[in-house]
Amino acid sequence: MAEFTLPKNSKVKKGKSISAANGASNTRTFHIYRWEPDSGENPRMDSYEIDLDKCGPMVLDAIIYIKNEIDSTLTFRRSCREGICGSCAMNIGDTNTLACTRGIAEYKGDIKIYPLPHMQVKKDLVPDMTHFYAQYASIKPWMQTQTPAPPDRERLQSKEDREKIDGLYECILCACCSTSCPSYWWNSDRYLGPAILLQAYRWIIDSRDENTGERLDDLEDPFRLYRCHTIMNCTNTCPKGLNPAKSIAEIKKLLVTRAM
Amino acid sequence: MSLQTPLAKVKGLGSAKDGTHHWWHQRLSAIALLPLSLWFIYSVVSMVGADYMTVVYWIRLPYVTVLLILFLVALFYHALLGMQIVVEDYIHSEWQKIACLILVKFLAAVGALASVLSVLNVFFGFNA
Repeated sequence: MAEFTLPKNSKVKKGKSISAANGASNTRTFHIYRWEPDSGENPRMDSYEIDLDKCGPMVLDAIIYIKNEIDSTLTFRRSCREGICGSCAMNIGDTNTLACTRGIAEYKGDIKIYPLPHMQVKKDLVPDMTHFYAQYASIKPWMQTQTPAPPDRERLQSKEDREKIDGLYECILCACCSTSCPSYWWNSDRYLGPAILLQAYRWIIDSRDENTGERLDDLEDPFRLYRCHTIMNCTNTCPKGLNPAKSIAEIKKLLVTRAM
Repeated sequence: MSLQTPLAKVKGLGSAKDGTHHWWHQRLSAIALLPLSLWFIYSVVSMVGADYMTVVYWIRLPYVTVLLILFLVALFYHALLGMQIVVEDYIHSEWQKIACLILVKFLAAVGALASVLSVLNVFFGFNA
């Protein structure tokens, strides 16, 4: 059966509290999930009170400040700091989002930060993305054609056909949507999840791709595709404002269409 | 421990090339149930306090018999499809999952058959 409680060694304990506010008035407290694989200890929530006048405006600025100035053992991924690499995806204030595109001022009171839900944790806020990336590889995310490209120019696409991949090509594979999906929590071993299905649809709907049918064949499965129960957490949480639930619905529509 | 590559694990046994039929029939039965269940609830509520024979004569109206049987078949079919999803979602031990799927299918078959026969029993007047 599905498990609704954490195993004993995963129960989150209270950790240390550090105040680095030094009497400042513009402060904020961050509660951050910590877990070290080598310590053998349970995960814990550490609290850091920081002076907001000393750090940048985004949540990512705050955790970089904490790492640089207070606790260098805090581990997280980050790279572009402008919402295009997807590295700093984490659960902030109970929603999966990118730390770099969320302002501290968007939150009221203390801010809780966890790694992406229901992923294996490598350390602190760093989840293991191996399976997620393998799922991405499984949908063959590249153009597949039988017809050779014209020798003298690129493959052409009409303006209308190009518009069909708007709202799809912007996906940065941060995994916020997939890890917010209860169906993905319970069945990610077989269910591809919203991010990968949106990416799959991006190639299905691309007018230049010639393997639409094969792509649909690969998705037509009670688990790979049909674990989606239109819960819509994916669309609610997407930090890029995309709509993975709609992509999944479109795939289902295509499968019904070709069967009628 | 497994030394399979992550991609081999994801690809697993491949696509079942199935599920569309289930998904479509779940929608079809839902569409059918919408008017049928409204009609059923309205009819039952409007007969509150009526005596036994009134209800029997109501069931014996040919259009009522047809609608009742349609309602019951759609109901059990929809319940079967829904329960199958719940079992597949939450039961992860393979033998328990298969056992539950068999049980759900058999229960739906028995329920549908028994309720349809009950309606026909009244329609043909075997014990009224």
